[in-house]
Amino acid sequence: MLILTCPCCGVTAEETEFAAGGEAHVKRFGPGASDEEFRDYIFARENPKGVHFERWRHANGCGKWFHAARCTITLEVFGTYSAQTTTPPKAICAAITAKRPGWTWRDFA
Amino acid sequence: MPEPMNAPISAPISALPGARFDGLAHIEEAGLQGMITLRGDLASKPVKAAVTAATGAKLPALRQGTQGKSGMALWMSPDELLLLCPYGEVGAVLDKVNAALGDAPALAVNVSDARALFSVSGLGAREVLGKLCPVDLSPEAFTPGMIRRTRMAQIAAAFWMEPDQSFRVICFRSVAAYAFDLLKDAARPGASVGVY
Repeated sequence: MLILTCPCCGVTAEETEFAAGGEAHVKRFGPGASDEEFRDYIFARENPKGVHFERWRHANGCGKWFHAARCTITLEVFGTYSAQTTTPPKAICAAITAKRPGWTWRDFA
Repeated sequence: MPEPMNAPISAPISALPGARFDGLAHIEEAGLQGMITLRGDLASKPVKAAVTAATGAKLPALRQGTQGKSGMALWMSPDELLLLCPYGEVGAVLDKVNAALGDAPALAVNVSDARALFSVSGLGAREVLGKLCPVDLSPEAFTPGMIRRTRMAQIAAAFWMEPDQSFRVICFRSVAAYAFDLLKDAARPGASVGVY
């Protein structure tokens, strides 16, 4: 079971208090995006064994969205951070590097 | 002769009037309670003024409630508060809140009839809620004055702790019967776990 900490209200709870919102940092191209770019925006998702970035919502709590970086193998959560960003903050990346040296995820490393 | 369907309801009525249960904890439907949802920038002056105007209380800190002369202010989310006042005074209090808010981008709504309120008291109160919610309710972690919005089995709920270590639980009125049954079941005599 995942244990997440909501960065908006500071509550630490297990995943049943939250709602999963799919992959994080999905980029929409445009205007004038190619068919391939639009297809990938709609359908192409990572399915990593290891480091992953997701969106979550504190559905049964403060109701706010946030981002989480976690490991899909161990369910370890490296950190949670604001929803109002398009890239993971440096502190989160550093926390992942400390535990999973050499990790990559999409364009991030 | 049965009353016509569109007859006005003569008096307001709470979700489960008089519902009560004695077991590991004492559970009671707490009757009608005036509740106002206030959304806005909690750091702004008009919102602080509105809280004081409505309840006489200070702006509550993160996941805290504050008691005022005429009511309570509870922290619900980074941009939302719940103001408690006597049920019969909601209209007047709402007018005060709106006057204090002025033109500020904020919203105050009477939600009294959308909610049900329960009190859970007695020695087993922490355990009863601990069985239903993914929350650390140990005396070190959860203290009087704190409020927590969470999940109670399958429904959204919130509870706060009064100075006498009893809990007040709110949920949507439409699920009041379910919430009461949950609390009742968790407080069944002989079902003690003894964690807290």
